[in-house]
Amino acid sequence: MYRTRFSDHLVLILGALFLCTPVVVAFMTSTHTAADIHMNGLSLSWGGHFVETYEKVLTQKGGFTGEITGARMVMNSLILGIGFALGKIVLSMMAAYAIVYFRFPMATLSFWVIFTTLLLPLEVRIMPSYQVMSDLGLLNSYTGLIVPLLASATGTFYFRQFFKSVPEELLEAARIDGAGPFKFFIDILIPISRTMIAAIFIIMFVYGWNQYLWPMLMTTDERFFTLMRGIKSILQVWVGSQIPDYNEAFALAVLAMLPPVAIVVIFQSWFIKGLTESDK
Amino acid sequence: MAYTTSQPQTGGILSRLGFGARARKPAAQAEEMKRVQFTSPILPYVFLFPQLAVIVIFFYWPSVQALSSSFYIEDPFGFGSTFVGMSNYTDALFSSEYQSIALFTAVFTLLVTFFSLAIGMLLAVKADRIIKGSSTYKTLLIAVYAIAAPVAGLIGMMFFDQHIGTFVKMMSYVGWNMQVGLNYYDTAFAMVVVAVWKQIPYNFIFLLSGLQNVPVSVREAATIDCSSGLRRFWTVTLPLLAPTAFFLLIINVTYALFDTFGLIDVMVKDKPANNPITLVYKVYNDGFRGNDLGGSSAQSVILMIVVFVLTIFQFRFIERRVHYN
Repeated sequence: MYRTRFSDHLVLILGALFLCTPVVVAFMTSTHTAADIHMNGLSLSWGGHFVETYEKVLTQKGGFTGEITGARMVMNSLILGIGFALGKIVLSMMAAYAIVYFRFPMATLSFWVIFTTLLLPLEVRIMPSYQVMSDLGLLNSYTGLIVPLLASATGTFYFRQFFKSVPEELLEAARIDGAGPFKFFIDILIPISRTMIAAIFIIMFVYGWNQYLWPMLMTTDERFFTLMRGIKSILQVWVGSQIPDYNEAFALAVLAMLPPVAIVVIFQSWFIKGLTESDK
Repeated sequence: MAYTTSQPQTGGILSRLGFGARARKPAAQAEEMKRVQFTSPILPYVFLFPQLAVIVIFFYWPSVQALSSSFYIEDPFGFGSTFVGMSNYTDALFSSEYQSIALFTAVFTLLVTFFSLAIGMLLAVKADRIIKGSSTYKTLLIAVYAIAAPVAGLIGMMFFDQHIGTFVKMMSYVGWNMQVGLNYYDTAFAMVVVAVWKQIPYNFIFLLSGLQNVPVSVREAATIDCSSGLRRFWTVTLPLLAPTAFFLLIINVTYALFDTFGLIDVMVKDKPANNPITLVYKVYNDGFRGNDLGGSSAQSVILMIVVFVLTIFQFRFIERRVHYN
């Protein structure tokens, strides 16, 4: 039996410090005033201006047009996250249902059409995607923000795997009882997929919340800015100002990373399981 | 049995989403079609339609456009475009700027992959040995896992800031005058550190779970046979972890190539002139700043080929693993 040594703990503590300190420092520094940060640098202690800074970030109208507040950006991020997660679940559940539970000639082709989307990430087709959106007149709209992100196979893949693991007897029994495709889908398959739906919702919410490149391309109108988009513009405002609003930038960063960190910590064991054993 | 061969290996792509599942043992479960299925001439298409419509409009259309516009030069004033064959490709591939960015991308990818894997491995090996308090360590080590790249970039920028950056101050004591944002190599250093920071938790999770899947009997036999911990690691643990590590290698390469966009965009603050950037950033920059649609598309296609090769590599590898399993 291996005996734990002090050095093991030391390495782990150093690792944890390396990973977590920046987050703690970001939060603590955000409670100081900008001038304070400018003079004394980053801080690990409580600055006492938590309420002021966050209130200011959330309510003060900023940006070039003076129309956007932090609260609005939080709302837009939530809309993107929730809208994306819901859309993903609806589209991919339906598609997976068709692929797994129906026998039809185009099944294999449809399958491939959907799954090749996994081959090309958004980053390599930026320009043409933008052009398509602009041709369709979807720039600066929630539709344009959310719907194109749904064009990937991830959710379909999850649900397909899950539906395959559903016992055959369920469908047999349902058919004997006279249930048609719609009834089976709504009354049986959706209820037994509840946990799966919840899990995918969380994953997709964080994915939507964390989007950066797409909102940046799609939104020039500040009313549609998400928190991630706001981070870029706060950096642009900095250039030329006397004392940059470090505290506000940090506060924005804290707001932006709060949901992802909280979700990972709260659903930790589930995440590790979902990540590493999804095929079981 | 069409589905058996089409088992998607999505690790590389899903990981790009920040989260993702992956199928490590695709053949482990029975992959046959459902015995009982509905037959209906229209219904399956009704269910498939929304997903297919979104994919055709927002995936295939832009992808085809990228391919076709990579052979044209767009008139800057919007008066049509001229077919130029492969010249967008040759212009890109033979320009010294592109080559130096490609070189930086390669070095950046190499460094980020190496350090995030090595540190993740070290932490996983140590965490695997700890019994008391292991869940606390685990929580702390994966907490930052889902932080978005631009947020990581912003926090990183602060630590490397000229006025308030803790890291810059620390380095000035050892005589290193860091000028992130001005000095090419200092910026590159900062980017690598932040990119590694963000990727460690991911590698940690997978390597730890890989370690914990090693059977107890094997561990005990190894402990009896080699007393040296380091030797045990090289001769027993590492070979057993090789499949996981190889999988992570590809994930990390795709991470460094694509997922770091937000981080780099925040860190170079729209001043790519004397700062290091990656190929993906150049695609964006040429397309949106430079309005060079053809050039940007050609670069997109080059990157698509890179992704293709990586994905096929992964497919092949996982297939092989399945046979040996």
